[in-house]
Amino acid sequence: MSLSLSAGGSVRAASANSNASQRTRQPIVTGTSVLAIKYNGGVMMTADTLCSYGSMAKYKDARRLQSINPKTLIGGGGEYSDFQAVTELLKRNALEDKCTADSLYDEDASEECAREVWNYLRAVMYNRRNKMNPLWNDLVVAGFSAQGDSFLGFVDKIGTTYEDNYIATGFGSYLAMPILREKYREGMTEGEARALLEDCMKVLFYRDCRALNRIQIAKVTKDEGVLISDPYELETDWSSAAFITPKATLDGDGGW
Amino acid sequence: MASSGSGYDLSSSTFSPDGRIFQVEYASKAVENAGTALGLKCSNGVVLCVEKPLLNKMLLPSSSRRIHTIDSHSGVAITGFVSDGRQMVNRAREECSNYEETYGTKIPSKVLGERLASYVHYFTLHGSLRPFGTSALVASYDPETKQHSLQMVEPSGVAYTYYGCAAGKGRQPARTELEKLDVHKPETSIDVREGVKQLARIIHLLHEEGKDKPFELEMSWVCEESNWEHKGVPRDYIKEAVEWAKKDIEEEEEFESDEDEEMED
Repeated sequence: MSLSLSAGGSVRAASANSNASQRTRQPIVTGTSVLAIKYNGGVMMTADTLCSYGSMAKYKDARRLQSINPKTLIGGGGEYSDFQAVTELLKRNALEDKCTADSLYDEDASEECAREVWNYLRAVMYNRRNKMNPLWNDLVVAGFSAQGDSFLGFVDKIGTTYEDNYIATGFGSYLAMPILREKYREGMTEGEARALLEDCMKVLFYRDCRALNRIQIAKVTKDEGVLISDPYELETDWSSAAFITPKATLDGDGGW
Repeated sequence: MASSGSGYDLSSSTFSPDGRIFQVEYASKAVENAGTALGLKCSNGVVLCVEKPLLNKMLLPSSSRRIHTIDSHSGVAITGFVSDGRQMVNRAREECSNYEETYGTKIPSKVLGERLASYVHYFTLHGSLRPFGTSALVASYDPETKQHSLQMVEPSGVAYTYYGCAAGKGRQPARTELEKLDVHKPETSIDVREGVKQLARIIHLLHEEGKDKPFELEMSWVCEESNWEHKGVPRDYIKEAVEWAKKDIEEEEEFESDEDEEMED
């Protein structure tokens, strides 16, 4: 468990010596927003499949939604390699749980619930940040609590957590959050939830230069567990006059 | 110095003049007195079976398990000192986890067996260590090669691959019975469902009805039916197999006693 709670890399006392080692100060290959909302009977999450290298759209099939166990789904933005490490860690833990379970039988099985995964991630992220060696991610955890209530929570690279009925990370917290605040209501149907998330992803694709119109949508329900869609492309319409003649080419502030 | 090893049995770091390591042999003795463990490689999977003596009437039957899941595709059955066995089980889990983290694939069955054997062997090399008083039967499946296999790791640190193997109290008669099944020939190989029945039969054959202490039968498999994952054999199927086994043994005995009568005539 090289990742668990230990610090990585060598630590040298900060000194005037310019050879002093430095920890991650900025991410290299990054994913952008993750959006998620609760709806009637489950939780739905979406992310695009792009990983950027700086501003270059480098990897267009990076899967950023992952199932940790039959009841827990996580989505991640930020440094993609860190996200992979986090998912590997969680999957390893899930396998260990399965192997060390009290029973050899599936019917007695009980996996870690989403709330536990979320809390565990909080501990990992907070410890890493206190060691000045963070995992550079914003993570969204969805699933069910042990009592069977739907759960949606957020953890970031410094160990901040919150729960909410809808969550948007990265650029989505600026561009999608206002839409979610306006359109979200309790007890949405699956179709409404999906339409709302797709709308948000379109807006993000129009306005976030690190976003892509190729997305995945995933849901967690009590009956079916985690289902993650194959990537598909959103229909977009660029016929708006503002897109055709951006004001950037004219005199002015360069805004749309 | 009147003990059986006459001074050469105090440490596993010393050979006796005739080339034996007594401490290792004593460790094997510890296994020979424990509940019987059986393993059988079938055409479509591997079955593990351990007889767990119920030493106390107040014991919760499912407690102190003898069969453990190591990785999604492999399981280990232990007999002998159960606490020593647990140590081996933990090590085996670590080996699986480390291998997968490093190479990104599930550990091949043979590598798992060899690594576990090396671990056990290490404890036979030093004067300051005590060898394991446990034999471990490893059932595993390799998703890369799509092969399943059965191995047994002994206290000496050797690991062999088997078609059928036995350890513990009843190992000798059990081996004879396993050989009779002829599972090492492809044309007479049996499937896991049949294997479960045969293992149940062998275990019950080793006990005289009502005479021996009560025991619990633990059975698991890694097979096509379990999606090649290590899972307990369904409880109702174990029950069915045991009922069949008892009936089969009874019929066999009746048949034999009839033959005896004929001989007397």
